[in-house]
Amino acid sequence: MGQGMHSAIDTAGPRAHQIAELLTFFTAVTAIVYLIVIGVLLWALLRKRARARLAGEAERESADRKARHVITWATALTVLILITLGLSDFFVQRSLFTPPTDPLRILVTGHQFWWEIEYDHPDPSQRLRTANEFHIPTGKPVQLVLASRDVIHSFWLPSITGKKDLIPGRINTEVLIADKPGLYTGQCAEFCGLQHAKMRLVLHADTPEDFEKWRQQQLQPGREPATDIERRGRSVFTSASCVLCHSVQGTDASATIGPDLTHLGSRGTIAAGTLSNTPENLASWILAPQRLKPGAQMPATKLPPDDLGALTQYLASLR
Amino acid sequence: MSSRCPELALACVALAVLAGCHREERRVSEQLPASTPLEGIVLSDLRAGGTPPPQKPEFIYQSNAYAISQGKQLYEWFNCKGCHADGGGAIGPALMDDRWIYGDSPQNIYATIVEGRPNGMPSFGGKIPPQQVWQLVAYVRALSGQVRKDADPGRADHLFTRKSEQSLGSTTPRASSPPPQPQ
Repeated sequence: MGQGMHSAIDTAGPRAHQIAELLTFFTAVTAIVYLIVIGVLLWALLRKRARARLAGEAERESADRKARHVITWATALTVLILITLGLSDFFVQRSLFTPPTDPLRILVTGHQFWWEIEYDHPDPSQRLRTANEFHIPTGKPVQLVLASRDVIHSFWLPSITGKKDLIPGRINTEVLIADKPGLYTGQCAEFCGLQHAKMRLVLHADTPEDFEKWRQQQLQPGREPATDIERRGRSVFTSASCVLCHSVQGTDASATIGPDLTHLGSRGTIAAGTLSNTPENLASWILAPQRLKPGAQMPATKLPPDDLGALTQYLASLR
Repeated sequence: MSSRCPELALACVALAVLAGCHREERRVSEQLPASTPLEGIVLSDLRAGGTPPPQKPEFIYQSNAYAISQGKQLYEWFNCKGCHADGGGAIGPALMDDRWIYGDSPQNIYATIVEGRPNGMPSFGGKIPPQQVWQLVAYVRALSGQVRKDADPGRADHLFTRKSEQSLGSTTPRASSPPPQPQ
């Protein structure tokens, strides 16, 4: 099911399905036209000498008339094919651009080089922020409200829908509908800087019940540390440079510059899909982000080994 | 002559153009000194006796466009704006003029950010990593035109009197507003 692989053909939603059908139709029609053109070309090349042997005036004239006939029909057919392709594209686009009724609204902000995801809700206590990995319920239309904080990015989840740009100073929208539960991966599709390739995106399509369970869990503040080491980790987090950019709900850390870490432990990867989320990877990421993702905005943080160990344990415990 | 050998003329022009090519290095992962020892910083050129102030070391971010623009971003992220506005000053002193209470050398500005200063400037030592402090220093100096002109970042979009072209026509609020409260 597109596990860890982007595929626009292995579709999991009606929108991607329509796009894939259009792609198949265009490919089939153009392939047939191509074969016919090549066939006729070969035939004409072989026939050239036979044509030259025609001696009489009358014979030549009848051949010209035949040629005019063939060209007229071929032109008409070309126009017809182009109109058919144009119309099929028009109808697919019309259905893709129809705004959904009563969608779930998610605000997606592109950053160098990660995705900020915020679930919108009229009631502020029901809003939640996460990063790079997000969940949607199957069957329900989701409207993404796309913006960018720095440069132009492009949202691309090929098994669910097509691309849409995130442009600074502008707001774009895109609709997601997932048919079947599963994990789908996406990618920034507009070159946005040194680490454009390491700006990945993971979508979990859940059954509505699972989604609600996940949402309720994500609405909770960051888990209280249970052990002494985790308590120490939290105090390292709130006293080192982490707090200037990151937030953990329920603590003093409330900056919105970097990804929200309230439920970091529940995500599969860190640094927008660069590394799997293990305490070891977290530690090397904190110590030397510029070695793993040169050009990312996260600065290196020098910490004594004990503090670093406590910090990664605390971060891993934030489920 | 040149009309007879256009290739030669072209090659000369190409060579001249190539000589001008220089790609700036993005210093993303260098380990900068946490600071020059803060005690040694001279806050004022005024002193008893006639000894001149010590020679200031060269500041590597002086002409690095990447570092200066990173500093510009951090200036906003870390809310320097909150007190110093866009350089014009508000409840904090202006940074775009030539009056410096605690010195305008990179080392002095570094010390001011790291140590804090009386009457409101907080200390960011231990919170902002050294490399980012140096980037901020570079931008603060750019505000008063003390960096190389070609490395200076452009003016931010919001400082122009007209909206930038790509922001025209998008006035819809992004997040939904809270439900109306019963009166």
